[in-house]
Amino acid sequence: MEIRSPQFKNNAREALVDENLQSALGKMRTGFTSKRAEARARLPEFDDLRDQARDIKDHTLAHLDLYYEAYEEKVTAAGGHVHWARTAGDARDIILQICQDENAKLVTKGKSMIAEEVALNDHLEEAGMEVAETDLGEYIIQLRQEPPSHIIAPAVHLTRSQVEKSFRKSHTHLADDRNLDEVSSLVNEARQVLRQKYIDADVGITGANFLIAETGTSIIVTNEGNGDLTQTLPRVHIVLTSLEKMVPTLEDVSTILRVLARSATGQEFSTYTTLSTGPRREDDPDGPEEYHVVVLDNGRSAMIGSEFQDMLRCIRCGACINHCPVYHAIGGHSYGWVYPGPMGSVLTPTLVGIDKAGHLPNASTFCGRCEAVCPMRIPLPKMMRHWREREFERHLTPKLSRTALGFWAFLAKRPALYHLSNSVLVRLLRVLAFGRGAIGSLPLASGWTRHRDLPAPERNTFQELWRSGGYE
Amino acid sequence: MTASPKVGLFITCLADLFRPSVGFAAVKLMRDAGCTVEVPRAQTCCGQPAYNSGDRKDTRAIAEQVIAAFEDFDYVVAPSGSCTGMISKHYPELFEEGSQWRLRAEALSAKTHELVSFLVDVLKIDHVEAQFDGTVTYHDSCSGLRELGIKQQPRQLLGSVKGLTLQEMEEAEICCGFGGTFCVKYSDISNEMVSHKTECIGAANADTLLAGDLGCLLNMAGKLKRQGSNVQVRHVAEVLAGMTDLPPIGEEH
Repeated sequence: MEIRSPQFKNNAREALVDENLQSALGKMRTGFTSKRAEARARLPEFDDLRDQARDIKDHTLAHLDLYYEAYEEKVTAAGGHVHWARTAGDARDIILQICQDENAKLVTKGKSMIAEEVALNDHLEEAGMEVAETDLGEYIIQLRQEPPSHIIAPAVHLTRSQVEKSFRKSHTHLADDRNLDEVSSLVNEARQVLRQKYIDADVGITGANFLIAETGTSIIVTNEGNGDLTQTLPRVHIVLTSLEKMVPTLEDVSTILRVLARSATGQEFSTYTTLSTGPRREDDPDGPEEYHVVVLDNGRSAMIGSEFQDMLRCIRCGACINHCPVYHAIGGHSYGWVYPGPMGSVLTPTLVGIDKAGHLPNASTFCGRCEAVCPMRIPLPKMMRHWREREFERHLTPKLSRTALGFWAFLAKRPALYHLSNSVLVRLLRVLAFGRGAIGSLPLASGWTRHRDLPAPERNTFQELWRSGGYE
Repeated sequence: MTASPKVGLFITCLADLFRPSVGFAAVKLMRDAGCTVEVPRAQTCCGQPAYNSGDRKDTRAIAEQVIAAFEDFDYVVAPSGSCTGMISKHYPELFEEGSQWRLRAEALSAKTHELVSFLVDVLKIDHVEAQFDGTVTYHDSCSGLRELGIKQQPRQLLGSVKGLTLQEMEEAEICCGFGGTFCVKYSDISNEMVSHKTECIGAANADTLLAGDLGCLLNMAGKLKRQGSNVQVRHVAEVLAGMTDLPPIGEEH
């Protein structure tokens, strides 16, 4: 996927005047947040569970090698295969090889952000295979040839009528008078088309929300059941996942699942929680004959032991995105790559480089709402600040900002000079206000005055008034 | 606590420059509560512009200056959740664990408080002697709310102001889009955020907007002014101290 993060400011400007997008975002602004708040209120031990969930992941990350050894042993014993992919390219090649060995013509896919990260669909399609997304949101954006704009709601940037238009354009069998006014009728229409795909598919690819070391199991949580049909009907099931998905035991995963859906959609539990352990056994009624797990690193192992390690606790619930006022303003595509919002602002620079993704950790007011709702207690603002520090150290901060900051810091470290310059500045601003209470235009502060007035200062600085004996 | 606690007022760079009356309101409130208040000359800013721009070295230098200027007081109080959060939550992290500066930063952190939280949580004040005839709505500034847990304290004291009615707005806890340098670097996004905020303010049908942080107040007042709104904007300390004779933020002096 093309990285459009360097054009963040332009992307955002376009998003701000996109009426359809703004209408779609207006609906999500309060929907997710109120549902999460209600779910949290119904579970008194919710915040304790967040602590436990954090501790489980911290423990796992400290012993990741150990747990992966145990995991691989269990998967192999169950008849499955574990593949290690250091890079996105490795993951694509491994999966393509498995599909080619199977002579696959049609591949069905459950929702997988890792597949987006490694741009899997393009790779398989270039090799002549048909790839069918089975998650409704992913299906919609595949029809529209768009990337997802949200990690759990890939088509959240669209209005219902935009989806209807895309359906009528692609589903040429639809009669003009076929009613698609309701979301449920759109779902039924997609189901009709997808049903045959499930049956015809040669390979089914899903992601994984968790891997369990104790049992060699992979878990997916979905609300549509599409994942189950994707992974049980074809002869081959490939799980594409990333390094940080590991948890030690079933007990541990139960704890984390209790905060996952509540944080994501406000549900107590997702509709389907599906555990897969190896291929179909002799007396199983169904299931794939081959079971592969592809574990992607792609820079994650380098985060261990760094100031970004806490990010590896992320369980991709999307709560930080759902509560982010910047995301609410500009939507997910503005961020320019796979992962949007606060979690993307920390993760994307790791995966594509801070030189390309520098805007992301800077485009935050540090309002702290993301950290306040994160079920894994990831200090997202703190890590965005760490990226700004790396940028500053590498002299990637824009020159003008750096010069202005240097000048300000020079004064701020010299109180006497600082007070003097503030006294001058107050008088200057008073002159520019022309006796009015606010300044409408200020050439050096156009970033401010383009959209709002600058309230004029009172007559003197506080320090001047205080030293001269107070206030008249 | 001594009979008359000695408080160092951290005036904050924005109040010093734009709204000295916030400082005098803070002084009055604390004197009324029996404190002795001093204002060290050796203060400039808490260092957030450098800290949030990734400039650790200058941040540390400014933090050391603040620590040295304030560490002899019983308490350090600032009329801002954002600057208070910087000193009490972030200063210690700037210094290596176990170092002398770290210990001094932690000691300062423990006695630094936001003004309204200081009055209510530390001094146990449950009412003020003030009068304000009007309907106000209150914006919860992000750092005060989420870093320091300031939510009920200003509402409790406002409840004791004679003649005042508090009308809550929708989404009072959502960021106004100020974010320090964010509002200038990403002015279009900031504008969308503050526009949403002023919509919520307008819908509350209050005649005055209050908050505890001048950054947010200047941002919201500037937007309301640009939109031609009649809503007046003040720092909560001005109302609690009964110092509302001077014009609201952004109005003619």
